[in-house]
Amino acid sequence: MKVHVDMEKCQHYGQCVFEADDVFSLGDDGKLVYKADVDDSRRSDVESAVDVCPMQAITVE
Amino acid sequence: MKVLIVGAGLAGLRTAESLRGAGFAGEITIVGEEPHFPYNRPPLSKDALANGLTIADLEFKRRESIADVKWIFNDSALSTNYAERSVLLESGRLESFDLLVAATGIRPRELNVPGAEKSKFSLRNFTEAQELRASMLGAQKLVIVGAGFIGCEIAATARKLGINVAVVAADPEPMFRPLGAEFGRAMRERHEAKGVKFHMNAKITGYLGGDKATGVALDTGEEVNGDLVIEAIGSLPNTEWLAGGGLDLHDGVLVDSSMRATPADEVSVYAVGDVARYSFDLFDSTPRRIEHWNLPTETGRRAGKSITHFLNTGEVLAEPVNFVPSFWSDQYEDNVQSFGIPGIADSINVVDGELAGDCVVEYLRDGKVVGVVGVNTSAKLAPYRKNFQESN
Repeated sequence: MKVHVDMEKCQHYGQCVFEADDVFSLGDDGKLVYKADVDDSRRSDVESAVDVCPMQAITVE
Repeated sequence: MKVLIVGAGLAGLRTAESLRGAGFAGEITIVGEEPHFPYNRPPLSKDALANGLTIADLEFKRRESIADVKWIFNDSALSTNYAERSVLLESGRLESFDLLVAATGIRPRELNVPGAEKSKFSLRNFTEAQELRASMLGAQKLVIVGAGFIGCEIAATARKLGINVAVVAADPEPMFRPLGAEFGRAMRERHEAKGVKFHMNAKITGYLGGDKATGVALDTGEEVNGDLVIEAIGSLPNTEWLAGGGLDLHDGVLVDSSMRATPADEVSVYAVGDVARYSFDLFDSTPRRIEHWNLPTETGRRAGKSITHFLNTGEVLAEPVNFVPSFWSDQYEDNVQSFGIPGIADSINVVDGELAGDCVVEYLRDGKVVGVVGVNTSAKLAPYRKNFQESN
């Protein structure tokens, strides 16, 4: 599955990190980094991350 | 089997998604008082006010799994008939249910003083944000009553737009109840540096102006005037429609850890989101109604799962509440983020930076960390959330 974060919208709150910390993380500079290609077995947690994003900046294909 | 969800906000949406996710195949109807599908409210005091977002910008994505949900818009619940299992809507329509979910959220509280009938602004829904934006853009000065998050965020947005702001509030410092006096004072100083004028510890004796409120009178004899008045003094849970069923409706709907408000052998009523009151078992056993961003999602997920469990087994799901309340607030360039329940702390400890700048602040009760608040330090806060869940 493809994960995309709209970095124009993202404010680096890191709520997504709690749902799927193997996909999303905050760097030492506080900025979000994420994996764009994610195994389908992680879909449920990644969809949870989509749900909790305060800026609704995450999309999954 | 029909689940009736009253309230078409985030909590109602997540409940429906979670029901389908847990395998519930029955009928789901959602009643909402606005003409919109569920939408994201936090931007209402920020981006929507500053830049005029449309409802399409704010609507939550709705999962394919809830495509068959029946939506009733522009209608709200008046009363519940527990014996007949039906809810009377304002339109006169009677909506039956087998299982009821209260997701009716909150409404702004209003100050009851002379002049309260004059028109004022409040900010809870999209329409109110549009109205406030339209009037704000032509204003020189706003008078904001209340110094909570919404009042402070509106103040910050207005200053960005070059509008003067006076904040009038009964509390000693902004965001006093959730964040305490020391952090509140530091936030006030950030606002004052941007030109906001504060009147704290104020007792408002009346609203001033003609049909439209343009200011407030204080018990000191002082008047604070502007072009328009915004009231942001907290909220009241929408529970009146649930009267008559023996539910505990003192400050929201009291529910157990499965979000259920009634005993297993009675008509099934659940509550989710801002209207629900329950104990946060990671912290203590006192039921609390907390209006933080992640809780409509957490309670909606829990309700969908526990309702499905109940329908399948006839038993109430007994699983402690492991939610860590979390919110954030953008004011100017500063990003305030919180995990836990800082409002129950008896002391604070600045563990990184200083209150005037970027910082991490622990909130302690009896020496134990019950909350953490940071300014522009979200990456440093992450470990705390984990600790709440692992150490309790």
